[in-house]
Amino acid sequence: MAIKQYVVASFRDEDQLLPAVKKVRMQGYKLYDVFTPFPVHGLDAAMGLRQTALHTAGFIYGALGTATALLGMSWIFVVSWPLDIGGKPHFPLPSFIPITFELTVLFSAVGTTLTFCWLNQIMPGVKKHIFHPRQSDDRFVMAIEITPKTQVEEVKQFLLNNGAEEVQVQTAEEGWWYGLFSKREKYDDINPQWSVQ
Amino acid sequence: MLHYESTVREPLVNGNKDYHQVTEDIISPIEKKPGKLWWIALGFAVTMLLFGVWSVFWETYWGIGVWGENRTVGWAWDITNFVWWVGIGHAGTLISAILLLFRQGWRTGVNRAAEAMTIFAVLCAGQFPVWHMGRVWLAFFILPYPNSRGPLWVNFNSPLLWDVFAVSTYLTVSILFWYSGLIPDVATIRDRAKKKFAKFFYGLCSFGWRGTAKEWQRLEALGLLLAGLSTPLVLSVHSVVSMDFATSVIPGWHETIFPPYFVAGAIFSGFAMVQTLLILTRKILHLEEYVTLGHIEAMNKIIMLTGGIVAMAYITELFIAWYSNVVYEQGAFWWRILGPYWWAYIILITCNVVSPQLFWFKKLRRNIPFTFVMSIVVNIGMWFERFVIIVLSLYHDYMPSAWVYYSPRWPEVGFYIGTFGLFFTCYLLFAKYFPVIAVWEIRSVLKTSGENYKQKMAALEQKDTEEFLQEVQHEHALAAH
Repeated sequence: MAIKQYVVASFRDEDQLLPAVKKVRMQGYKLYDVFTPFPVHGLDAAMGLRQTALHTAGFIYGALGTATALLGMSWIFVVSWPLDIGGKPHFPLPSFIPITFELTVLFSAVGTTLTFCWLNQIMPGVKKHIFHPRQSDDRFVMAIEITPKTQVEEVKQFLLNNGAEEVQVQTAEEGWWYGLFSKREKYDDINPQWSVQ
Repeated sequence: MLHYESTVREPLVNGNKDYHQVTEDIISPIEKKPGKLWWIALGFAVTMLLFGVWSVFWETYWGIGVWGENRTVGWAWDITNFVWWVGIGHAGTLISAILLLFRQGWRTGVNRAAEAMTIFAVLCAGQFPVWHMGRVWLAFFILPYPNSRGPLWVNFNSPLLWDVFAVSTYLTVSILFWYSGLIPDVATIRDRAKKKFAKFFYGLCSFGWRGTAKEWQRLEALGLLLAGLSTPLVLSVHSVVSMDFATSVIPGWHETIFPPYFVAGAIFSGFAMVQTLLILTRKILHLEEYVTLGHIEAMNKIIMLTGGIVAMAYITELFIAWYSNVVYEQGAFWWRILGPYWWAYIILITCNVVSPQLFWFKKLRRNIPFTFVMSIVVNIGMWFERFVIIVLSLYHDYMPSAWVYYSPRWPEVGFYIGTFGLFFTCYLLFAKYFPVIAVWEIRSVLKTSGENYKQKMAALEQKDTEEFLQEVQHEHALAAH
């Protein structure tokens, strides 16, 4: 886990955020991430993010569920214990359909949700640095990573010129770690306070 | 121009709101200590729950014989309650999944509470078949697992087994859908929390969510995917429940219209329950600006529609019984309407067919006390529908010597009361400690559908055409730069 420094800017409106994100990328600053209180459409395009492949994962899990159900039931009824139920065939495909459908849905839903958690690296007990206490309320927050080449003052001024409400420099761990949100972070004392809490 | 929606459509959020105000309105009741009313309600709910536990204990200790079932009527209150509770759950999924796919913006105000209702209702429903097994410690026999008895497997031809898969899948997927949408709002509570325990608890429950662009992108993809999966799932669940009856050869049960008939009935009763809960919730938590009259009217329209489908099914049943010329089928309906339980059929028709017709009047659709009363009437009607289908098809069977009357005994009634206790205990805890309205979804529709934003649209709509065109061109020119 790397300790890094960031220039963090808060915006009051998504209509100001989107052009700012585009301009930051055009300037070549290293955009770490953007935190918003709701999905801002167009943000992924502005940041140059690809569409997620979660749908494909969902399809694969679903197909796995279909295969598990069909093969499982067929093996049980045909091979493991062929039981005569009212003289019906041992391979009654129509009456396998409901369970096949349910397992398809179950596998797809559970698998996709777990993949979703894995990709986002979220789980109970996972802690990440929160840049702005109101990034989940009404502020739109952009964090730019400070590299050895970064001119911090220039970046700050650039952000303020592009609609940022407040800009500050924060030190934080980059990724996630096991921890509780009730515990203070190591760098909480160094990092400045936002004027809006 | 990015956020434009015609003023012809009613606003989804009333009042003068910005993002922060929305958060305050919905999250701040969670941060306060629970009031007296809440404790009293919780006390009632837990008492009911404990009475249910006692009833179930009594039934398990002495055996199913303490219930009122007999040789002729083998299924009665218990299965009635099962079908009733599962049905109630269906409205939540309809709101969260089907209305999402149909891009119905008004779902955002009601989906969270409705989904929670789904989960708790299915939880209650699941109790009935499990405890009906009698020797409940063998309940795991319904799962196909390799065992030392052969292995002896379950019967995959049986709709009762399909039910096991359908209901358990439904519960799982509903929980995933509900909770994945809840995570960002829990993160909001966490970021606002002042007390240590709140930070700890909501920190754990928020999974470390921060709302990065990629997280949101994946969450929306997940939501859409789960909606796509839940839509056929919810239709399949009540279809499978109906097949518990329809694949039998009991007159009155053996009907091909059962799957759609049951699904429509489920949505009918489910929306009634959503109305009951939300009318109370919006009043107590002061959320009238988020669950508006427009929301209530929209749900009443769905109640009317599904009520109409159900009425059509009743008529079809009667017509087919006559038209089929099958004497047993005709007998089943004769005794359903004219037998000793005639009053149950009258209640069913009054509550489900006659009274929803009052919703043709717009004034009544938008009248809250009336809607509240109607929501309870519909739920009573739908309980009687299941009771009529189950008990009234059985009590006068093929042989007059086997005809009986059925009345419930206290452990069955207590069990039913107990599930109300379970339901309301869960709902009260949820409504106190989690946001009953999806805050982030409200934020994302606020600028298109909030009342104060819509008023700006009104000014735009009344503008002179030339002036309007010039402004649009100007904006486009700006955007191009």
